[in-house]
Amino acid sequence: MNIAVPTREQREAKLEGMGCKRKRVEDIRFTQGKGNYVDDVKLPGMLFGDFVRSQYAHARVKKIDDSKALKVPGVLAVITAETLKTVNLAWMPTLAGDVQMVLADGKVLFQNQEIAFVVAVDRYAAADGVEAVEVEYEDLPVLVDAFKALAPDAPLLREDIKDKMTGAHGPRRHHNHIFEWSMGDKDLTDAAFAKAEVTTKDVISYHRTHPSPLETCQCVASFDKIKGELTVWGTFQAPHVIRTVASLLSKIPEHKIHVIAPDIGGGFGNKVGAYPGYICAIVASIVTGKPVKWVEDRIENLTATSFARDYHMTTEIAATKDGKVTALRVHVLADHGAFDACADPSKWPAGFFNICTGSYDFPVAHLVVDGIYTNKAPGGVAYRCSFRVTEAAYCIERAMDIMAQKLGMDAAEFRLKNFVRREQFPYHSALGWEYDSGDYHTAMNKAMEAVGYKQLRAEQAEKRAAFKRGETREIMGIGISFFTEIVGAGPSRNCDILGVAMFDSCEIRVHPTGAAIARMGTKSQGQGHETTYAQIIATEIGIPADDIMVEEGNTDTAPYGLGTYGSRSTPVAGAAIAMAARKIKAKAQMIAAYMLEVHEADLEWDIDGFRVKGLPEKSKTMKELAWAAYNSPPPGLEPGLEAVSYYDPPNMTYPFGAYFCVMDIDVDTGVYKIRRFYALDDCGTRINPMIIEGQVHGGLTEAFAIAMGQEIRYDEIGNVVNGSFMDFFIPTAVETPKWETDYTVTPSPHHPIGAKGVGESPNVGGVPCFSNAVNDAFAFLGTRHIQMPHDYWRIWEVAKGLGLHG
Amino acid sequence: MSVIPAPFSYHRPKSIAEATALLAEHNDEARILAGGQSLIPMMKFRLAAPEHLVDVGAIAELKGIQRVGDALVIGAMTTQHELQLSKTATDAAPILKEASLLIADPQVRYMGTLGGNVANGDPGNDMPAVMMCLDAAYRIMGAAGPRTVKARDFYEGTYATALATGEILTAIEIPVPPAGHGYAYEKLKRKIGDYATAAAGVVLTTRGGRIATCAIALSNLADKAVLATDAAATLIGTALEKPALDKAIAAARAIMSPAADTRGTTEYRTAVGGVMVERALRRALARAKG
Repeated sequence: MNIAVPTREQREAKLEGMGCKRKRVEDIRFTQGKGNYVDDVKLPGMLFGDFVRSQYAHARVKKIDDSKALKVPGVLAVITAETLKTVNLAWMPTLAGDVQMVLADGKVLFQNQEIAFVVAVDRYAAADGVEAVEVEYEDLPVLVDAFKALAPDAPLLREDIKDKMTGAHGPRRHHNHIFEWSMGDKDLTDAAFAKAEVTTKDVISYHRTHPSPLETCQCVASFDKIKGELTVWGTFQAPHVIRTVASLLSKIPEHKIHVIAPDIGGGFGNKVGAYPGYICAIVASIVTGKPVKWVEDRIENLTATSFARDYHMTTEIAATKDGKVTALRVHVLADHGAFDACADPSKWPAGFFNICTGSYDFPVAHLVVDGIYTNKAPGGVAYRCSFRVTEAAYCIERAMDIMAQKLGMDAAEFRLKNFVRREQFPYHSALGWEYDSGDYHTAMNKAMEAVGYKQLRAEQAEKRAAFKRGETREIMGIGISFFTEIVGAGPSRNCDILGVAMFDSCEIRVHPTGAAIARMGTKSQGQGHETTYAQIIATEIGIPADDIMVEEGNTDTAPYGLGTYGSRSTPVAGAAIAMAARKIKAKAQMIAAYMLEVHEADLEWDIDGFRVKGLPEKSKTMKELAWAAYNSPPPGLEPGLEAVSYYDPPNMTYPFGAYFCVMDIDVDTGVYKIRRFYALDDCGTRINPMIIEGQVHGGLTEAFAIAMGQEIRYDEIGNVVNGSFMDFFIPTAVETPKWETDYTVTPSPHHPIGAKGVGESPNVGGVPCFSNAVNDAFAFLGTRHIQMPHDYWRIWEVAKGLGLHG
Repeated sequence: MSVIPAPFSYHRPKSIAEATALLAEHNDEARILAGGQSLIPMMKFRLAAPEHLVDVGAIAELKGIQRVGDALVIGAMTTQHELQLSKTATDAAPILKEASLLIADPQVRYMGTLGGNVANGDPGNDMPAVMMCLDAAYRIMGAAGPRTVKARDFYEGTYATALATGEILTAIEIPVPPAGHGYAYEKLKRKIGDYATAAAGVVLTTRGGRIATCAIALSNLADKAVLATDAAATLIGTALEKPALDKAIAAARAIMSPAADTRGTTEYRTAVGGVMVERALRRALARAKG
C-alpha cells in the first residue's frame, strides 16, 4: 500500500496558519445560540439588583425614602450612599485619576445617575422596588454647553473638589476645569503661524456618541463568606484590571478574587471601565451572602455607562501658497461629563490625541487640551478606536480638506503633497510619536486608481453645473480620508493603567499528542481571537490551528494581561503569542537535535517540524517532538513543552489607510445615498484576511452611523433626548452601504510578526470620510465646515441656509 | 430602572362577546392586546400599566380578509404580514401593501396587526392615513352593540380616538376604489423600524389624464392622522401643473403641525411633509389610468 506523502502545500494548508481565511471557530456556538454570556449565569439563590436613577441632571438629593420599596414583596434591601459609606465605597476612583460617586452622595450630577440599588429575589420585584423608592430633589442650575463650563459664573458641579485646585494631571484653573494638557512646541508653532502665507482656523466638533454594544454592561457577584472569596462574572474587556481594582477597593486579597469574563456581546470600549453596578452587586452580595446579578437595560447603557467623543477641536493649519503645510495648532475642549471617567492610560488625559498631525509632515505643531465637567454622563471611552485617535483623525482630515479648499487645490493632491514620505520612517512627529512604518503614497495612489478619482471629479463637475442650471436637485460629494492610527498600547515607559504597565501575555501548553492550549491576557468581545490567535501559533510552531484551543477571560487560569481595547490585542498579545511560541520552538529544536543526533544549528524549520539541513528526509514533526518532550526528553532537559511570554512592546504600531466615499444628496429632503465606499487598509502582516474584512465592515458601519446621525443629545436641562434604539442610530443592513475593501501590506518593523492591528481603523478613518463627503458636496455652494452628525434634517438645514429651497 | 412592566392580569378570550364582557368588567383598568408592538414597549417603560390585559389574539372572528361586493373587509387581528400576502387585498387596494411594507421591520409586521395600527391612535402609525385616503370605516363592538365609524371621523388626537372604553375594533371595511385609480404612499424615515419623519398617502382617479377625485392624508405630521381636503380640492381638474400643485402643497403644509423631535425641527418635518405630498401625488398620477 502506498501512503501518499503530503506535499509542502498540503502541509502548509493543513495548518490554517497566518494568511489563511480560516472560518471563525467561535461562530459555531454563536450562530446556534450556544454562547455563554453573563446573563446566562444562573446560580442557586441568586438575587437581582436594579437602580433608582436620577430624574434630574443636577440636583441636591434631599431625601431617599425606601420604606415603601422595602414593603414590596421580594425586595430585600435598598442600598444607598449611606450604606456604602460604612464600607468606604460611596465613591470610587476612575481610570483617569478622578473620583466618581458610586451612588448619589448628597447630589446628582447627570440624568440617570445611580441613586439607590434595590436588591430583590427577581428582576420583577427589583423593578417594582425601584418604582417605590421616593427621592426628594432640589434642582440646581444645569450645565450642558461645554463652551459655558469655564465661565466665571458657571454652576459649580463638583463640590467635592471645589477647593482642590490640583488634579491628577496638574493645576485646575476653574471649578469645572479638570486638566490642561499640552504637547509640542508653542513658540516654534506660533512663529510658523506668524509668517504663514495661508492659514485656516475652524472649530471642528466631534459630537458625543456611545459605543452601544448589543449586550449591555452586566455582572454577577458571588461572595463566599466561609472562604472569604469573591467571584465576579462580568462583561469585562479587561478582567485582570477589574480584579486588581476590586482588590484595591474591597481589600479582599487579589488571590481570593476570581474574575470571569464569559462570552461578550460587543464592547467597543464601553466595557473597559468600572461602573457603579459592579460595586453595588459586589457589596450586595457581601451584605446578603447570596449571588447578586445586575443587568443594565438599553436606556441605562446609553445614558449612564460610558459615552465616547464630545471633543470640540479648534484646529488651525498654516501652509504655503503652493500647498505645503508648515504648522498645526489645535486646542481641544474635552467634555468629560460629571466625572472624568476617561479610559485612557494614566499619563494620557487626552489619550493619544497628539497623533493629530495625522499622515502629514508638519514641521511644528502645538496642542492644548482642556478637560471640563458638565452635567452629562461621565466618560469618555475610546469607542472602537485607540484612545482619542478617532477625534484626532477627524480633526486633521476635516482641516486638511478645509485648507485644500482655501488653497483651491484638489484635496487628494494636497494630501499627496504633504504625506510623510516612505524614506522618512521611522518618522518622528512634531507631537512626539515615532511612526514605525508606512508607505502613504503607494496606498493613496492605489486607492485613487481603484475608485477612478479623476473620473469622479469630472462627473462631479458636470453634476454641479447641472445643479446650477436647475436640472437636478441632487448634489454629489466625494469624501477622502487618509488616516494614521496609533494602536497597541503600550510600551511600559509611557503606558500604564492605575500603575499597571500595559504589557500583555500568552501561555502556551503543547500537550503530549501535539494539540495545544493557549491562554491569554486579552478578552475577545467578538473579534475572533480564538480563531486568529491559533493561526499565529500554527504558523510559528507547526501545529494545525484546529488542534489549538484559545482560552481567555478567567483570571485564575489566564496570565495577567491588560485586556482588549484600542486595537491592542494583535500588536501586544499577538506579539506575546509569537514570543511564547518561539520559546516552545527553541525547546523543540533542542529535542529534535537530540533525536536526530545533529547539532541544533544543523536543523532548519520546515512548516511543521525540523529537518536536517541538506537531508530533508531526516526530520521530526512538532507532533513527534511534543510526545518526546514529555516522554523522552534529552538528558538534563526537564520534561514538558510549554511557555509563557509577557510582552512589553518597544513601540506602538501605526496602521493607516485610504478611504473614499461617493455620496449623492437630495437637497429638498436632506436624504443622502452612499453610492460607493472604498476602504484600503494597511495593517501590516495580515493574519486572517476574512476576519480583517469583517472587522473593516463592522468598523465602517459604526463610522457611517456616527457620522450620519448617531449621537447622545441633551436638551438644555440635561435630559438625554435619544436614549433608546428608536432614536439612537444603529443602522440595519438596509441603511448600511456596500463596502469595498482593499489593502497594502507594510509590516511593522518592531513587531515579531509585523502585524499592526485593524479592528478600529475603519471607525477612525471612516468618520472623516463620510463627513468630508457631505462637506465636499456642499463646498461648491460656499460652505466651509459643516458639523456632524449629518442626519437628514441637519443636511436639509445646510441646504436651507444656502437658500436652496427657493 | 427597568424595562419590566408593572404587574397585570392576563386574559385570552375566545370570542368577541367574551372580550367585551371582560372589558366591561374591568373598564378603565383593562387594555386590549392586539399584536403588542406598541402596547408592550409602553408597558415595559411603564408608560402604560393596565391591570388587565385582554389578548384578542385567539378570537377567530377577528381574522380574515374578504371581498364583499364593492367592499374589502379586513379582520382587525390580520397581521401586516398577512395583509401583504393577501391577493384579495392587494388587487382591491394596492396602497395597502405599499404602505404596509413601509411599517417598522419584518419582525414587527409578523406580529403587528392592522386593527392595532389603526385603533391605537398613534399619529406615527401609517395605516390611519391610508384608511382616510380610502375612506374606510371601522366596525366597532361594545357592550351596547355594534356601530361603525368612518376613519375620517375616528381620530381625535394623540392616543385619543372615537373608540370608547369597553369597545373593540373588529374589522375594517374599505370601499374598493375604482379600477385604474392612482395611489401612492410616500414615507420618509430615518431607518428601517422608525416611524415616519413625514409621510403622505394619495388615492386619486383621473378622467382624460386629469384628476377627477383625490384624497390626500398625512402621517405623523400632526397630533393625529389628517386628511388634506383643501389640498386635494385644489387639484381637481388638473394634471398637477403649477401653480395648482404649489397651492396644494401649501394647503397641505398649512395643516401640518409636527412636533420637533429627534427626526427634525417642526420646520423641517413640515417642509419634507410637503415633499412627500408632491412625490405621492406624482406617483399616484403616473399610475392612474383614465
